[in-house]
Amino acid sequence: MTRATMIRLGTAALAASMTLGLAISPARAHAFLDHANPAVGSTIPTAPPAITLWFTQDLEPAFSAVTVTNQAGQRVDLGNAQVPQGHPDELQVGLKALAPGTYAVSWHVVSVDTHPTEGTFTFQVGGE
Amino acid sequence: MNRHLWGAAAMTAVILLSATSNALAHGFAGQRFFPATLLTDDPFVADEMSLPTFTRPPSGADGSYEYDLDIDLAKRLTPDLGLTLGYGWANVHSPGMPAISGFGPLSTGVQYQLFVNAAHEAIGLANLSVTWAHTGRVEALGAPDFTTLSPGFDFGKGFGDLPGSLPFLRPFAVTGNLGFDFPTKTESAGVPNSNNFNYGFAFEYSLPYLQCCVRDFGLRRPFSQLIPLVEVAFTTPINRITPGVTTTGTVQPGIIWSGQYFQIGAEAIIPVNHASGRGLGGLVQLHFYLDDLFPHGFGRPVSEWLQ
Repeated sequence: MTRATMIRLGTAALAASMTLGLAISPARAHAFLDHANPAVGSTIPTAPPAITLWFTQDLEPAFSAVTVTNQAGQRVDLGNAQVPQGHPDELQVGLKALAPGTYAVSWHVVSVDTHPTEGTFTFQVGGE
Repeated sequence: MNRHLWGAAAMTAVILLSATSNALAHGFAGQRFFPATLLTDDPFVADEMSLPTFTRPPSGADGSYEYDLDIDLAKRLTPDLGLTLGYGWANVHSPGMPAISGFGPLSTGVQYQLFVNAAHEAIGLANLSVTWAHTGRVEALGAPDFTTLSPGFDFGKGFGDLPGSLPFLRPFAVTGNLGFDFPTKTESAGVPNSNNFNYGFAFEYSLPYLQCCVRDFGLRRPFSQLIPLVEVAFTTPINRITPGVTTTGTVQPGIIWSGQYFQIGAEAIIPVNHASGRGLGGLVQLHFYLDDLFPHGFGRPVSEWLQ
């Protein structure tokens, strides 16, 4: 076989790859955290009334949750985590009034194709 | 129960079964995502496929050079047990000789996920690979006329559990392979076939981890999906050593872009000594996540196909 054969083989492999790529279903994969408000690792002057997380895929609301705890490990969210109507890639939870300090956000979600993912991050309120 | 309730119940069952699997496909340990590395083996069972991997290794000492085109497939039988298959085609150019092309040896493997520790982002896998005799072009290309058994241990460790005082070290991760080659024939054409010790590591800095779990620097896709890495791999003969044969290996700095359904990786290949080649080489790879492409069919473990 020659280099031309190799090019043909490579082209065939890429064509097969493209076919595979086109076979994918939309919006079905692991859900990764894209960004959040308050932002991951950020310091904000005052706490917002809720924290919102945006994911790379749509979520299964019944199997997706987020909690927020203070440095003593106490829950400071309102326990009302939800995927807002019409925003299937978002997860929100209300917050109690937060004193200055560092807060940990823990989330676990299941994407619409049933893949579970999880994560944690912190944000800081005030200039502690 | 009406049709909608049956549908909801079925969906709930599927989700519960999926969510309780220990191995999540892909390379997850807690919030750590390990991408499929290009040189070293991955420490996780998976439903993934590299198609293709194109390699231009460093030139040989005699000035010969080659181009390689490879395909690799990994398929889970159960959430913790998987099979692998690899095959490649090479186009070799030697000085003063016509170019030679053909297939290299077929390799297959079985893997078992030993542990996944989410809290410490640690993961371990035992594997046995077999490179089969006479499955490539033996005489012209030098494909082996003997079968080689290669047991090994693959591991991964993310550093997300470092103290909060070291935030920017938390995106680091390392994966590694430790293994041996045991040829089933002690010599071929008068040349001894040595047993070998193989060891390799991949050092990664995950921008996805930095963004999701440490600090959001405002990077957005596609830049937030980049994982720079350096891979190294070595082979040391441990018996039946041909005089002059020494440890060979390469150092491969590169980058992986990891998307939702596939990743693209590219690395330079730097030989560690003259026995490992001369000059620079390179490789590029397109790698598919079959579990994300086909989440309700081929991308699931075989044991879950009938559930």
